[in-house]
Amino acid sequence: MTGQIVSIMEPSPARNAPNEAPAARNAPSHLRRLEAESIHILRETAAEFRKPVMLYSIGKDSSVLLHLAMKAFHPGKPPFPLLHVDTTWKFREMIAFRDQRARELGLDLIVHTNRDGLSQGIDPFTHGSARYTDVMKTQALRQALDLHSFDAAIGGARRDEEKSRAKERVFSHRSAAHRWDPKNQRPELWSLYNTMLAPGESMRVFPLSNWTELDIWDYILLEDIPIVPLYLAACRPVVERDGALIMVDDERMPLRAGEEPRWRSVRFRTLGCYPLSGATISTAATLPEIVSEMMASRTSERQGRMIDRDSPASMERKKAEGYF
Amino acid sequence: MSYHEAPTIAAPDAPRLDQDDRPTLRFVTCGSVDDGKSTLVGRLLYDSKTLLDDQLDALASESKTAGTTGGDLDFALLVDGLQAEREQGITIDVAYRFFATKLRRFIVADTPGHAQYTRNMATGASNADLAVVLVDARKGVITQTRRHSHILSLLGIRHVVLAVNKMDLIGFDGDRFASITAEYLTLAGQLGISRVQCIPVVAPDGDNIVAASTRMPWYAGPTVTAYLESVDVAGDVSQRPFRLPVQWVNRPHADFRGFCGRIASGTIATGETVTVQPSGLRTRVVRILTPAGERDRAKAGESVTLTLADEIDVSRGDVLAAGPTPLVSDQFAAHLVWFDDEAMVAGRRYVLKCGTASTGAVITTLKHRIAIDTMAQESATTLEVNQIGYVHLNLDRPLVFEAYRDDRDMGSFILVDPISHRSAAAGMIGSSLRGSANIHWQRLAVDKSVRAQLKQQRPCVLWFTGLSGAGKSTLADHVDRRLAELGRHAALLDGDNLRHGINRDLGFSSAERTENVRRVAEIAALFVEAGMIALVALISPFRSERELARLRVEAGEFIEIHVATPLAECERRDPKGLYRKARAGELPAFTGIDQPYEAPQAPEITIDTSELSSEAACEHIIRYLREHNYL
Repeated sequence: MTGQIVSIMEPSPARNAPNEAPAARNAPSHLRRLEAESIHILRETAAEFRKPVMLYSIGKDSSVLLHLAMKAFHPGKPPFPLLHVDTTWKFREMIAFRDQRARELGLDLIVHTNRDGLSQGIDPFTHGSARYTDVMKTQALRQALDLHSFDAAIGGARRDEEKSRAKERVFSHRSAAHRWDPKNQRPELWSLYNTMLAPGESMRVFPLSNWTELDIWDYILLEDIPIVPLYLAACRPVVERDGALIMVDDERMPLRAGEEPRWRSVRFRTLGCYPLSGATISTAATLPEIVSEMMASRTSERQGRMIDRDSPASMERKKAEGYF
Repeated sequence: MSYHEAPTIAAPDAPRLDQDDRPTLRFVTCGSVDDGKSTLVGRLLYDSKTLLDDQLDALASESKTAGTTGGDLDFALLVDGLQAEREQGITIDVAYRFFATKLRRFIVADTPGHAQYTRNMATGASNADLAVVLVDARKGVITQTRRHSHILSLLGIRHVVLAVNKMDLIGFDGDRFASITAEYLTLAGQLGISRVQCIPVVAPDGDNIVAASTRMPWYAGPTVTAYLESVDVAGDVSQRPFRLPVQWVNRPHADFRGFCGRIASGTIATGETVTVQPSGLRTRVVRILTPAGERDRAKAGESVTLTLADEIDVSRGDVLAAGPTPLVSDQFAAHLVWFDDEAMVAGRRYVLKCGTASTGAVITTLKHRIAIDTMAQESATTLEVNQIGYVHLNLDRPLVFEAYRDDRDMGSFILVDPISHRSAAAGMIGSSLRGSANIHWQRLAVDKSVRAQLKQQRPCVLWFTGLSGAGKSTLADHVDRRLAELGRHAALLDGDNLRHGINRDLGFSSAERTENVRRVAEIAALFVEAGMIALVALISPFRSERELARLRVEAGEFIEIHVATPLAECERRDPKGLYRKARAGELPAFTGIDQPYEAPQAPEITIDTSELSSEAACEHIIRYLREHNYL
């Protein structure tokens, strides 16, 4: 393609697939308000950037984000592709779900893996979660954004997740080196977003900023949004390791002395790489059961994430380096 | 006092989905540093049982290592999320927190008290219904209290809770509380803050936060939580005229053209007549698509897609309106809160964003600056960071708006520095400056779309940018001739030629080069207005200038063509001998040699004339124009 005329603005092919929203139910107005705000943010992103992309992590927040994107541009398709950064250590069910959703919705899905990391044999067991996350997630994401020269990456992070996220803007600026400068963020007033970028810079966009974990589940229930079955309780083979229940999803997981996978009824509150996702003992096998279990829960969803435990300010540091 | 038996507050457990419609109150906390804002917010989270076991464990261990409370739970650590904040024990940035009681949900923006972070306070206040202003009972109303209250009033906040904190440190003195209350009520009266509730509190201990304090029996008013749960802040924008700033035109296939946006005010029903502003064209609403399906009507706050009865020109930045016509003008007066470290420069061009519209804007006059402490108007020539002033602005094109006091969405704007891209200021529109408020943009009998139809083309700007010698003029000339052959109407604006005429007063300093580009962009926009295709061949090395040129016309009317011939090839050609002179040091600030050329990041078209003949390149451009319905 070098040297040739490259038209960046190919018109998206007209598709005529009717995708009527489900019949209106009596939704709580606060969910509708959140929905309206997120749709506004998604449309701003489409209108203001040259080449946006939606990061699709296959989790519940991504499922909601994708559902909102389908609504925002209905009856058309979202005018941006989906990007999944595949560490090759995701649960098998996640990958199957990802491919099925992209096919059903007729969306353009880009899957990117850090080939360098792969050939160096970086894995979560031998290299530790910090190094592994940096190479296979943070660096991989930066590679993918650079490779396709995306200038805006839409993600499903919420402000209620974690303290440094609570301070991040809806439109969060990244330097040409993908760095976040938390002390020098652009003020964000009303619904007016400063979307201007210098060459090489980019924006991370968080349409779910004002949603809580409970809002996400309520909305999934209300709108009947498909989610990966791993969120629902089922008998799965797990080992107890460092105080967490880790599912033995494939034969690559080295078992330590004395570790014997046991079949237990578990589910996951957050999904990621299976070696780093702690399961919780649960019998909640339906969405309403999950929601009521969540209401009674006394721990936060991030408790199951191994990577946040590395150091107290670990999320802020990872974000500064370009982690989503 | 016991805070474990919180009577009115509980985890969001009782009401469930079908009947759960607790309204959301958004509020902002502000006050001086060390007044205890973060502690108050942390306390609200703690008492509402929003905190979970692992978060409480983390809080307990962090309180011991990083706390400032001698090992007791330090509630401020819950909200001071950034490492630097925890190290210094201060709040730097706005934190958004969520909690709920049995009666309401809350989103709270916790904002910093440091003077240099005032912009963040304005940010938090911009989306708030109410403000909790903290003062230290020992200090009373101080300069920061006045400054913050003033910003609150400018941002349209009419409800304030004055939390007089640290009452324990003044021995729960009711008389002192009364005098602080009186002083604040006077201030609020001057600022037009109509409803104030003053509450004496001890944030770390929870006195009067959730449960009534037993240590201040002389106070008979509500607790902070009780007041937040009951206060009526409703200002129903649904009752105002219908306004829909168009965000996005949804055109998935030839049979559907929908206009998307979030309704700023009013309601709309199918069959109702709307006008497109600023063009003034009238049409009818045919369908209303909402996230919950197709409906007969929709109201303020909803993100919708409307289809219209007539095929008329509507694009991003336009406003669909019903009822009284909104204000339309290219000049208005507004309050500015200056954010940028770089001071305001009258006469300089900024990018203004209002609703979904963007345009170039110049601050023509600084009418006055406002002294924060006294609220007096004083004369000034500039605004420094954190200063507030009243200005007149001139816009590159007319904007559709309302006064901020009537409509926050339609009356607010930001100014962005076109070079640094920092958000330079936030603005609240006072009034239009075109005579009376009734002067609206008159729809000209013959508009752009009529002219374009006559010529059977969609007007646009073809902006050829690239290094000197890249082949811009040659290629533009080729395209111009080809368009003429096809019977289309174009005009070629060549940078060198323009410098012999309209731009002959300009030299090559960066200011003059900027002005050169600005003039060419203006002329190109006039040609587009006349229904023509304007071809511009100009080095235009800076991305920000090209972006301003892009903003000068409507979305889709600007086609950036990067003539990306490599520097080595341009220098080899050197048709005018300029590179030779530049290398010899005779031409300072020559693009590509000692001044950078900022290549377009995502031009519509890229061409390298070292690999493609002028004819082939020309045909590619023509094909692009055909495929995108310009021809």
